[in-house]
Amino acid sequence: MDKTIKRPGLSRRRITNVFVHIGLAVVGFVWILPIAFVMLTSLRAEGGTYKSYILPRGYTLDNFKNLFNQSGSLVFTKWFVNTLLVATASCILSAFFVLCVAYVMSRLRFKMRKKMMNIALILGMFPGFMSMIAVYYILKGFGMLEVGQLKLIALVLVYSGGSGLGFYIAKGFFDTIPKTIDEAAYIDGATKWDVFRRITIPLSKPIIVNTLITAFMAPWIDYIFAKVILGQDRDYFTVAIGLWTMLEKEFAEYYYTTFFAGCVIISIPIAVLFLFTQKFYAEGVSGAVKG
Amino acid sequence: MAGKKHKASPKTVSIDEIGFGTAFLSGNIITKLSAVVFGLGNILHKQIIRGLLLLGLEIAYFYYMISIGINSIQNLFTLGTKTQEEVYNETKMIYEYVVGDNSMLCLLYGVITVFITILFIYLLTTSVKSAYSTQILIEKGKKLPAFTDDLFSLKEKNLHKGLLFLPVTGILTFTIIPLVYMILIAFTSYDKDHQPPGNLFDWVGLQNFFSMFKTGGVLANTFWPVLGWTLIWAVFSTFSCYILGLILAMVINREGTHAKGFWRFLFVLSIAVPQFVSLLTMRTIFNTNGPLNVLLRKVDIIGATQSIPFLTDPTFAKITIILINIWIGVPYTMLTFTGILNNIPKDFYEAAKMDGANAVTIFFKITMPYMLFVTTPTLITAFAGNINNFNVIYLLTGGGPESIDFYYAGKTDLLVTWLYKLTIVNKDYNLGAVVGIIVFVILATLSLITYRSTGSYKDEEAFQ
Repeated sequence: MDKTIKRPGLSRRRITNVFVHIGLAVVGFVWILPIAFVMLTSLRAEGGTYKSYILPRGYTLDNFKNLFNQSGSLVFTKWFVNTLLVATASCILSAFFVLCVAYVMSRLRFKMRKKMMNIALILGMFPGFMSMIAVYYILKGFGMLEVGQLKLIALVLVYSGGSGLGFYIAKGFFDTIPKTIDEAAYIDGATKWDVFRRITIPLSKPIIVNTLITAFMAPWIDYIFAKVILGQDRDYFTVAIGLWTMLEKEFAEYYYTTFFAGCVIISIPIAVLFLFTQKFYAEGVSGAVKG
Repeated sequence: MAGKKHKASPKTVSIDEIGFGTAFLSGNIITKLSAVVFGLGNILHKQIIRGLLLLGLEIAYFYYMISIGINSIQNLFTLGTKTQEEVYNETKMIYEYVVGDNSMLCLLYGVITVFITILFIYLLTTSVKSAYSTQILIEKGKKLPAFTDDLFSLKEKNLHKGLLFLPVTGILTFTIIPLVYMILIAFTSYDKDHQPPGNLFDWVGLQNFFSMFKTGGVLANTFWPVLGWTLIWAVFSTFSCYILGLILAMVINREGTHAKGFWRFLFVLSIAVPQFVSLLTMRTIFNTNGPLNVLLRKVDIIGATQSIPFLTDPTFAKITIILINIWIGVPYTMLTFTGILNNIPKDFYEAAKMDGANAVTIFFKITMPYMLFVTTPTLITAFAGNINNFNVIYLLTGGGPESIDFYYAGKTDLLVTWLYKLTIVNKDYNLGAVVGIIVFVILATLSLITYRSTGSYKDEEAFQ
């Protein structure tokens, strides 16, 4: 009796399994297609924009070579270096700001604390670039928008200046570090600063990595702030604006495949970073001490 | 805990714990005078460095006010009075420009001066409180803290001041002052006809808000449809990603599924590609002559010269955008949900199975309520993020297709992209600011209702 009941159950489960895997494969295929399209187009031998066929007729690595040949007004290497510098500087600055604010809000108790947290919440609700016009003129007032190098510094300030507001995730992380650890240190005569530097920070590797990576990726992805701050000088573009320029009408026909080569070049390091830090991300969100 | 401990055993009189009022009223003459000459109470009692710092900052403030400050406060009210003029120069026989006031800079410097004055007032209270605490210590016959002690207190009692100084300065310069400036712009006539330095603009009160809502006006005719689409977009994009992400996470997580890591990797790969790359790629794929239309032509779904207007027809464009957003958003929600699904206590499921519950009942009675409980804050953040989702719209359609009924907006423009067009493209800064304030009001109402009721806001110390 048992067997006759079990068998249909088992085979039904097997059928569901098969369907689930087929379904996942189909959906996964859809998710991979655009990425495959980027790859294929970056390797396409025929130039020009849209083709009346799907798979390229010939393959070449010339698009990648063109990308790094400093020909014409499109200087990818410079954009890449610019973005790398801006990203490095702004991620260090942002991480510093975020960690300071998060620690203060999580661990220290003072009069304005709750008020400050509410203000941070309110500020976060304004559209980000609403303030951009004013930021633009403030930076211009400091004379930072006249020379190219200064523009890049200005961009770093724009990315990291207000970053202290994004302290919520890090604060949530600090909240999960048991206070008994801090208290043990206080008994041993440590100051609050010692606790922050010697205990909290070393315990917070996942969230530090998470903050650093998030801030590092922003300049590679941001289009709008960079566009307003950097203006027209092509030598000081970041990668995102540079690549966008390649798709503009006057360039598209000529640079279409090169554009996709550029996309592949910047996607690879970012993808590697992202996948590598997935682990840290998950840990950072779920807290310091496992239950 | 650390905070409570501190209050229980106050070793010294902390400056922070005395209010300015008590300090000023119950202080002696030197303390009172410290409100006029900053740092006086400290200088007279050998706390030279601290006193000189306070005094120096006061002098700096007065120097600033006399040289620029007072003038900028006046300009803040008038927004400039002298228009730029063309004057005929008879000796050179040409027209020359006489520089007038620049209303935009008047407003900006005015706002900055107001903030500097607020800091000055804070300094004033600090000076009085500092003098008062010195006075108290002397009356009690205790040792006065030297400057090195003050520095040390930044590591201990005043650590929050030390750590917050730089981040708050950054936030003030790059977020708060600009924001105040833009909010004020909403009450001026700073539009494309009043562009400094050529023209002045002035305060107009609530006029911009009235014209935005005036029935029948071109602005109102743009605003309501744009707002409508913004809300529709936010609802659909948030919930489609939420539900599909949940289903995907559960399908991958279920017992019978093999190669879980591989499937996750497949979907996570699309997050790893920078968003503007995937968005620009999507724009090409859905282009009139893009690969998708080519494919449809090849398989004879549409004729050889026909194409489906994925991003150029208003209705198609809206559907396409939501679909593309699913492609972008589902992997994120899947990742979040995978983490949460693993955290649901297993005994819930075992108990349910014992009671003979089937998969559907388990989903609706256990998984779903737990998910909703944990993810409500995420859901709200996602909703707010979608209302402000500039990238997806701007990079996919640029707000297009354009519409002649609208005031510089396209059929797929959200409030934020319209804000962008109004300010950066069209230079109607006042209208842009009005739209920004409206977006803020929507988000603030939404967040107020939800944040207040979530557990993590109420008892943030539950796990400490």
